[in-house]
Amino acid sequence: MKEIVIISGKGGTGKTSITAAFASLTINKVMADCDVDAADLHLILSPKIQHEEDFYSGKTACIRQSDCTQCGKCLEVCQFDAISPDFVVDPVACEGCGVCVWFCPVNAIDFNDNLSGRWFISHTRFGPMVHAKLGIAEENSGKLVTLVRRQAKLLAEKEHLDYIIVDGAPGIGCPVISSITGASAVLVVTEPTLSGKHDMERVVSLATGHFQIPTFICVNKYDLNEEITEQIEKYCHDNNIGFVGKIPYDTIVTDAMVQAKTIIEFSERAISKEIHAMWDKIIRSIDQSY
Amino acid sequence: MIISIASGKGGTGKTTVAVNLALSLENRVQYLDCDVEEPNGHIFIKPKFQSPITVGTPIPQVDKSKCTYCGKCGEICQYNAIIVIKNNVLVFPELCHSCAGCWLVCPEHAISPINRELGVIEQGNKGGVEFIHGKLRIGEAMSPPLIRKVKSKIDSTKIVLIDAPPGTSCPVIESVKKSDFVLLVTEPTPFGLNDLKLAVEMVRSLKLNLGVIINRSDVGNDDVRVYCAEEHIPILMEIKNDRKIAEAYSRGTPLVVFYPEYRVKFQELYREIERRTGL
Repeated sequence: MKEIVIISGKGGTGKTSITAAFASLTINKVMADCDVDAADLHLILSPKIQHEEDFYSGKTACIRQSDCTQCGKCLEVCQFDAISPDFVVDPVACEGCGVCVWFCPVNAIDFNDNLSGRWFISHTRFGPMVHAKLGIAEENSGKLVTLVRRQAKLLAEKEHLDYIIVDGAPGIGCPVISSITGASAVLVVTEPTLSGKHDMERVVSLATGHFQIPTFICVNKYDLNEEITEQIEKYCHDNNIGFVGKIPYDTIVTDAMVQAKTIIEFSERAISKEIHAMWDKIIRSIDQSY
Repeated sequence: MIISIASGKGGTGKTTVAVNLALSLENRVQYLDCDVEEPNGHIFIKPKFQSPITVGTPIPQVDKSKCTYCGKCGEICQYNAIIVIKNNVLVFPELCHSCAGCWLVCPEHAISPINRELGVIEQGNKGGVEFIHGKLRIGEAMSPPLIRKVKSKIDSTKIVLIDAPPGTSCPVIESVKKSDFVLLVTEPTPFGLNDLKLAVEMVRSLKLNLGVIINRSDVGNDDVRVYCAEEHIPILMEIKNDRKIAEAYSRGTPLVVFYPEYRVKFQELYREIERRTGL
């Protein structure tokens, strides 16, 4: 079983539209949406939820005013400015470290589990999908990402499916690290802008330098700036990274999204052919190297 | 005045709004790029940076000659970042949240804080704009401590513009909290709307004032406008989908340099925010 994670560095380069297009192109796979704090893949794949569970993660301190003697010990030990001068914990600022709970001399601080979100196993017209919703202003998106990937893997094993296609998050931090750790391959979707290139280089050095994961790059809206597209191709060549595709700018990406369809379902134009060719290249390359 | 520019969805134009607002205001502006994972503001503002300042966070270092392996450090740590196994103490720096629990609890004073590098802060000026950004070290998972350090540079005598990361979780909250106003930049597409709703819920949970900017306003459908009307959220500005704007963006050219008439629009936007916050 091979797990391919689609990331981008910069947000809004077209990760989810491309991930959804891949869903139309393979039969034996599980889809997983690991962009848990701004998940969008469900808007195209229209999942029907078959199974759902709460996700508990971390804890939050809460001072019982009736028992508090206002000695100030908690204020002194809290490193996160989460306790107000009148001894109320700000649940957003609270890091859940429990240091105040430990040091409170009169045991006046409760320490309860957080309900941080929900996760789902669903059926879609393209097969099974695992996804999640992080609660508003909740932490631990990395742990929820790990859970989604674990569930997707279990599902793939149970149903003898060959691929897991993962929609990742923007950036290079905690949810991205949790999305790519141990994956078979990473596809970075970038755009030919100075920002897109800058962010792509950072996330590529995370994937290849830090985690040594086989990495592919494609340029979306390549015709917006062909000079930067060429620079990205050269970057791939110089750094021995598989350059798998140049996707033209096309308004049908938005049109397909509005109709909740994948680009492949929506149109047979050049863009669909390019995405198809890209997927074939990635699969061929992964199947050879494993 | 502290204005944060955020969005649920990435790539909707946060940096475009922050950059052009900064360049349009004649007042003294401080630009804090808090998207420390992928900072882009400098590509457009082009400040002359002073040498970078390395920023770290404290993690435990155990003096094994003093340690009695009592296990209290492992007991207080909620993150499994320090574990005592028989006659050994293991520290996992990447799991540590710098809560100080282990060194506060150690009865032998065998644990002291040392620094783990989070990234760097770079600072420089361009025209009337004081520009500061954080750059997360590649491989570092936790961005909120670095964002806190960037925000510690806030100069409240200036107009402070915070360019936030995308999403709705901890790094975004760390960036936008304590702002006087949050501008949510979106696009009129299903993804834009879905992520805008999440961002609105997040800003409302922090009890902050907010307004929406619709970028590429003539693509997609009308659902974002309908949602804003239903939720009584003001739409403060719209920017049309224009290939020339996208091409200028690709080269790092700010919108107001390319289309000077937008300067007036951004000035009006600021006055509207002043009116709404009473600041």
